[in-house]
Formats: sequence, C-alpha cells, structure tokens
Amino acid sequence: MTETVVRVTDLHKSFGSNHVLRGIDLEVARGDVVCIIGPSGSGKSTLLRCVNLLEVPTRGTVVVGDHEMTDPDVDIDAARRSTGMVFQQFNLFAHLSVLANLTIAQRRVLGRSRDEAEKVARHNLERVGLAGRENAMPRQLSGGQQQRVAIARALSMDPSVMLFDEPTSSLDPELVGDVLDVMRGLARDGMTMLVVTHEIQFAREVADRVLFIDGGVIVEGGVPAAVIGNPQQERTRTFLARVLHGTAEV
Amino acid sequence: MVFTALGFLLALALGLVLALMRLSSVGVYRVVAGAYVEFFRGLPALLVVIAIGFGIPLAFGTILDRTLSITLALGMVGSAYIAETIRAGIQAVPPGQVEAARSLGMSPARTMVFIVIPQAFRIVLPPLTNELILLTKDSSLAFLLGTTLDQQELAQFGRAALNEVRSLTPILVVGLCYLIITIPLSYLARRLERRFGSAGMPKGAEV
Repeated sequence: MTETVVRVTDLHKSFGSNHVLRGIDLEVARGDVVCIIGPSGSGKSTLLRCVNLLEVPTRGTVVVGDHEMTDPDVDIDAARRSTGMVFQQFNLFAHLSVLANLTIAQRRVLGRSRDEAEKVARHNLERVGLAGRENAMPRQLSGGQQQRVAIARALSMDPSVMLFDEPTSSLDPELVGDVLDVMRGLARDGMTMLVVTHEIQFAREVADRVLFIDGGVIVEGGVPAAVIGNPQQERTRTFLARVLHGTAEV
Repeated sequence: MVFTALGFLLALALGLVLALMRLSSVGVYRVVAGAYVEFFRGLPALLVVIAIGFGIPLAFGTILDRTLSITLALGMVGSAYIAETIRAGIQAVPPGQVEAARSLGMSPARTMVFIVIPQAFRIVLPPLTNELILLTKDSSLAFLLGTTLDQQELAQFGRAALNEVRSLTPILVVGLCYLIITIPLSYLARRLERRFGSAGMPKGAEV
C-alpha cells in the first residue's frame, strides 16, 4: 500500500454562476507523476490551484500529506509548505536576485539560517542546471532560465508534492526542452508531481497516470498508453487529434 | 529644508500606514483612512498650517515648537497624497508576485513586507519625487508661524526685503532659490529611478 500524498474528494468550484469544477476525485501516491491534460477552460488549472488553496473550493475536500487544506481552521501558511508551485508566468520576485529568490522563504518561513538556506539554494540551482547564476536578476534571464529558477525556488522548501501549472506554455519553443528536461530529472529522482500541461509527448513519456479533463470533470484517466495511446472516450479522441495534429503541423 | 525633510519623513511613514489601511480587509480601517485622505487632501495646506500653528495653542493652551508645528502640518497634508500614491503602487505589483509568495507559505503580512512593498516603492519613485517637491514649496507656508531669524524660510526673507526696497527683485530671487533646491532634487530622483526604478520589474523582460 503506497502512501497517498494528495487526496481530492468531490471537488467543486464556481466563479459566480460559472461552474468550473463539477466533482473531481483524485489521488496521487508518493513518487507518482500525474499529468492533467484538457482543452482551455476545462478547469485543469483551477483544479491545481485548489490543491494549494490559491483558489478556495466551493465544495469538497483537499488533503495534502497530513494537512486538510479545506479545513476552515487549518493554518494555511503551514499547510502550503508541503506543496511547491510552479506558475505559467514564472512569478520570480522581480526585485530580488536569483539567490535571494531561493532563500527568502526558507529564511522567513522555515527559519533557516542564511548559510543553510544558501546551501540548499545552491544545491537546487545545480539541479536545474543554473549553478553560477546566483547573482543574476530575474529580468536578465531567459524565460526558460526563469522557469528553472522558479522550480529551484519551490524545491528549496522541500515540498512533498510539486504542482506545475502549464510550466512551458509561455516559453519560446526552443526553451521548452530545458524545462522539460529538469522536470524529467525530478520525476526520476522520485518527486511527487501534479502537472497541468499541453505537452502530450512529455505526458506520454514521463507520467505514471494521465487525466483528461473537460467541462470540469475527469473524462478519462489511466496510464499514458491507455489514455493517450488508446482513448476510450470520444471527447478524449477529439482533443488528442486536435492537439497532436496541431503539433505535427507546426 | 529642515521642515521639508522632517515633514516628508513623517508623510512617508504615515502615508504607508494609511495606504495599508485603505487596502485592509477590515472595514473600519478603510473608512478611517479614506476619511483622513479625503479630508487632508481637500484642505489647502495653508489652512492646516494655520490650524496647527494657532488652533492647537488656542484649544489646548500649549504652544507647540515651531519646527514641530510645521513638520506636523506638512506631514499630515503630505501623507494624504502619499497614501494614495503608495496605494496605487501596491496595487500595481503583479498579483502573480503575491501568489508566488503565498504558495511558498509566506503569510499575508510577510508577503506585504518582503515582496510587495519593496516593489511598490520602486514603482512609485517618480510620483514620490513630485510629492517631495510639492512639500518643499509648501514649506514656504512656515512664514505664517516662523519669525525668529534662525527659523526663517526663503519666502520670509523675500517678504522682508520686499518691504524695504519696494521692488519685485527679492521675490524673483526667492523663486530662483526654490529652483536651486528643487531642480537638484529632481536630478537626484532621476538617478535613483535609473538605479532602482525599473530594476527588476518584469515588464518586457520575460519575453
């Protein structure tokens, strides 16, 4: 019996009258890589943002590790430490150097000493292939480098699960590969990952499980070979045909 | 200059507090700060200086030190403007910065102190320069309260000289003196902006 890191039960989310998530159930076991695919507006980013409560679910429960995120009495700041989030727009702290981006939360939230925080930071910069860029400012880096710094920043908090919200969608095509390589490395190291992505090839190759979401529900889920290789649902087939065809044309 | 410097520091501190109150989730803070800003922004600085310089001694029977009075008056008027400037600056920080900080487990207060406010100040550096220059000129209102020699400000010298020589020259000289103070201030501010202003702001850099 493997340990469950993320458990989402009957999750609903509405923005006003817009019912974005309509009952999602999801479990992620330790060390698993789960990729969420689906058309724009299907609710996949909202689902990810509900996991660390950047969006507050309308109904349902989210449990990460020992923390029930949806418990009204939960210390949300403490609970969020078990999740690391990587955003589509990187969101590096613009006024801080790369090193400071990686150390500020370690020091202010985890209470690590400067030396310890910098040691962890340097280790994680090396992991994402950016050793030596400690003193650069975010704006001096390419998008791909910024995103890798953002991954290192999240890793530095020792999260039990990493959440990726379309991490390559705002990158120039030639920079996507570097970021995906870093994510492959994390998966090999046994990191638990929940990834919202349009990179079907990446999902096919790295994911333990793929979920296809449309209209706020999980239409189909399972191993990549089944969901991507041999989809049972018409909606999944239509989506994949459109995405894969589009990729082939570009 | 002393009035201006002290008044500006007071205005900056008070302005920051007011800006945070206006953005607070606590309704009472918002209302109080909003009322303060509307009140002091709407009054001529002249009135506030008179109210503090003469009103407080009349009401409480205590005479405030002149420097203190004018500093208070300039600080209170300045803070109303600066509060709005800082509030705009805080709101101009991209929401993604806050989300990133919160996702790392930073509390709302830590996020504000370490992430939002440092960036907000870089954004509002140009308008803050404006406030400083306006305050420098408003310090001329100290003439209402100050008559001792060592505490005179420029306009006072001009007025005294005007009485003696019956010509506009002293006023022109005073105007020139203000420019001698304010133009280097603008220059200094521009250098600060170049150094910090756009430093690190993501605009256009993330492509």
